[in-house]
Amino acid sequence: MIQVRGLHKHFGDLHVLKGIDLDVNKGEVLSVIGSSGSGKSTLLYCLNSLEQIQKGSVHVDGIDVHAKQTDVNKLRQKLGMVFQQWNSFPHLTVLENVALAPRIVSGKSKEEAYAMAEKQLKHVGLGDKLKNYPSSLSGGQQQRLAIARALAMEPEYMLFDEATSALDPEKVGEVLDTMRLLAEEGMTMICVTHEMGFAKEVSDRVAYFHEGIMEEIGPPEQIFQAPQSEHTRKFLANVL
Amino acid sequence: MFDYNFHWRPVLKTLPDLIQAGLTTLEVASLSMLIGIVLGLCLALMRMNMTGPLKWFAVSWIELARNTPALFQLFFFGFGLGAIGINLTPYTIILTGLSFNCAGYLAENFRGGFQAVPDTQLKAARCLGMNAWQAYTRIVIPQVFRVVYHPITNQMVWAVLMSSLGMLIGFRELSGETQFFASRTFRIFEYFAVTAVLYYIIVKIVLAASRLLAMRLFRY
Amino acid sequence: MQESMSFFTGFGLNDLWFLGEAALKTLWISVLSISIGTLLGTFFGWLLHEGKWVATFTIAPILDVFRSVPLIIQLVLFYNFAPIIGLNFDPFASGVVILTLYTAALVASVARGGIESVPPSMRRASRSLGMSYWQDLFHVVLPIGGRAVFPAWVGVVLGVMKDSALVSVLGYVELLKASQVLITRTQEPLLILAIAGAFYFALSYPISRYAHKFEQRWSK
Repeated sequence: MIQVRGLHKHFGDLHVLKGIDLDVNKGEVLSVIGSSGSGKSTLLYCLNSLEQIQKGSVHVDGIDVHAKQTDVNKLRQKLGMVFQQWNSFPHLTVLENVALAPRIVSGKSKEEAYAMAEKQLKHVGLGDKLKNYPSSLSGGQQQRLAIARALAMEPEYMLFDEATSALDPEKVGEVLDTMRLLAEEGMTMICVTHEMGFAKEVSDRVAYFHEGIMEEIGPPEQIFQAPQSEHTRKFLANVL
Repeated sequence: MFDYNFHWRPVLKTLPDLIQAGLTTLEVASLSMLIGIVLGLCLALMRMNMTGPLKWFAVSWIELARNTPALFQLFFFGFGLGAIGINLTPYTIILTGLSFNCAGYLAENFRGGFQAVPDTQLKAARCLGMNAWQAYTRIVIPQVFRVVYHPITNQMVWAVLMSSLGMLIGFRELSGETQFFASRTFRIFEYFAVTAVLYYIIVKIVLAASRLLAMRLFRY
Repeated sequence: MQESMSFFTGFGLNDLWFLGEAALKTLWISVLSISIGTLLGTFFGWLLHEGKWVATFTIAPILDVFRSVPLIIQLVLFYNFAPIIGLNFDPFASGVVILTLYTAALVASVARGGIESVPPSMRRASRSLGMSYWQDLFHVVLPIGGRAVFPAWVGVVLGVMKDSALVSVLGYVELLKASQVLITRTQEPLLILAIAGAFYFALSYPISRYAHKFEQRWSK
C-alpha cells in the first residue's frame, strides 16, 4: 500500500504540493484529475523519488521512499511508470526495449527476459511488432510498448502520467483499453488523467487536485454526481 | 613546356614501402582516434557535470586543442616536454599529439550529442530501476554515438590527414617515408604525387568503411 | 661578452620582435588566402548548386581532392610542380595559391549548404515580387543563407589560419617556423612555445566564441 503523509513540494519559490495525505490500497485504481499546474503529475514523481520532497513522507509497502538508506533502484522496480511522452528507446527493437531492464536490473537470463518481454508485448497487443524499431510504430503503439516495458519489471503498482495526452485522438482508445485491461486484472494503478470517461468507469476512487491541494477524494459517483467542493464543480462543468 | 623528365620508376620500386608506411598512417590515426574517443567522452562529461578544477581542466584542454595549430601541439609534446627532460619518441609524440587534438574536438561533438538526447530518456531508464551507470551506458550513450557518428568519421579523416605532420618531427609514416625517399632520389614531385594519390585512397577507404559500419550499426 | 652571450642563448627583445614579425606574416598569408579563397569558394558553391550534374562531374571531384590530401603534401607538391611548368613561385606565393584553393574547397561545400538552407518557398516569394534571379541571389539568398552558415565559415577560417603554419615546410618563416628557429638557438622551448601558442589562441578563441554566440542567437 502507498501512504502519503503531509507531503510538501517546492520548485524554488513555487509551492507545488501543499500538504497531501493519501492512502492507496492494493488492487485499487485511483484517478487523479485537475487542471494543469495543480501538482498532480508532481505527486507521481514524488512517489518513485524522481523528485525530492521538502516535508512529509511517502511509504510504499512500508518503505520510506525518501529516506537516505532506501535503494531507489530497487524501489522503482515496484512502481512501473508510464509518461505522457512514451520515451521508447529508439536504438532498441520493440522486444529489446522491454527485455533490457529485466535483464540488467532484475538479473534475469537472456531467455527469461525475452520470454517475459514477448509475453507482455502480446498482452498489450504488440505481438507482431517484436522485431520492429519504435520509429516504425504509431504513438498509440509506442505508448502500449511503454506499458509493456513497465509491466515486464513485474511491478506491484503502475503510475500513469497523462498517458494519453500526447496521442492523436483516434489513438487514445487503444491505450485506454490496455489500461482498462490492467485494472480488470487487479493491478494497483494511479492514473493522472484528463479522460473523464476513463476516470468515471474504471477507477475505484477519484481525487481532484486544485493548486497543490487535494480538494476532494471519493468514489466516482460522488465526485461526478455530487461534488462537495466549489472548485470541483467548476472544473467538471468546464471539462464535461 | 615540359623540359622536366619525369622518373616514375624509382617511385614504383619503393611503392611497397610507401604502402607499408600508409598502413602506419592508418595505425597511428586509428589509435589516436580510439584514445581520443575515450578521452573526449570523459572531457565532455567533465565539462558538463563537474565544477571547480576538474571542469577547468576539461575546458582548458578542449579550448587549447581547438584553438592552436596541431603542429604547435606536436612541437609542445616534442620540444616542450623535451625541455623538462621528458624525451618522447617520434611515434609517441605523434600519437600523444593527435590524441590530445582529437579528444578536444570530439569532446565538443559529444557535448552536442548529449544535448541532442532528450533527458526524458534518462528519466524513463531510471524509472525502470536502472542505476545511473546502466542508464548512461545502455540508453544515453548509444544514442549519443548515433548523433556523433558522422562527426567522428570526419575527425578520423582529419586524423589521417594530420598524421602527415609526422614528416616534420622525423616520424616515418606515409609522409615521412615519402620525404625520406624523395630527398634520397631528388624525385620530389613524383614521390609526393604518388603519396597524394595514396592519401586520397586511404581517405576513401576510411569513408567507405564508415558507411558500411553505419549500415550494420544503425538499423533504426 | 654579455651581449654575445644573450645573442646565442638568452631570449631577448630582438627575438620578441622577430616573433612579432613572424606573427604578422601568419596573419598576412591567412588573410590573403582566406579572402580570395572565400570568394572563389562561394562561386564554386554556387556552381555546385546550380550546375547540378555538370559540376558534379567537373569541379566536385577536384575540390574533393583538396579535402582528401594533407595540406602539407599539397604544398610540397605544388612548390615542386610550379617550376616544371615554368612558374617560379617563391614559398609565399606557393603558400597563398595552395591555401587559397584549400580554403575554396572547404568554403564551396559551406556555401552550397548555405544556398540550400534557404527554403525554395522563400525564393519563389521573392521571384514572384518581381526580383530577378540575381536580385534574389544577392538580396535574399546571400543574407539568409549566409547567416545560416556563418558559424561553419568561421570554422573554416580558423582552420586555415591554424593550418597556415604548414607553409613553413616550404621555408616561409611564419610564426611557428620562427619559434622553431628561436628554440634551436636559445634552447628555451617552453617560453617560446608559450608565446606562439598564446598568439594563436588569442586570435582563434575570441572569434570562435563570437561565432558560437552568433549561432545560439540565431538558432532561437
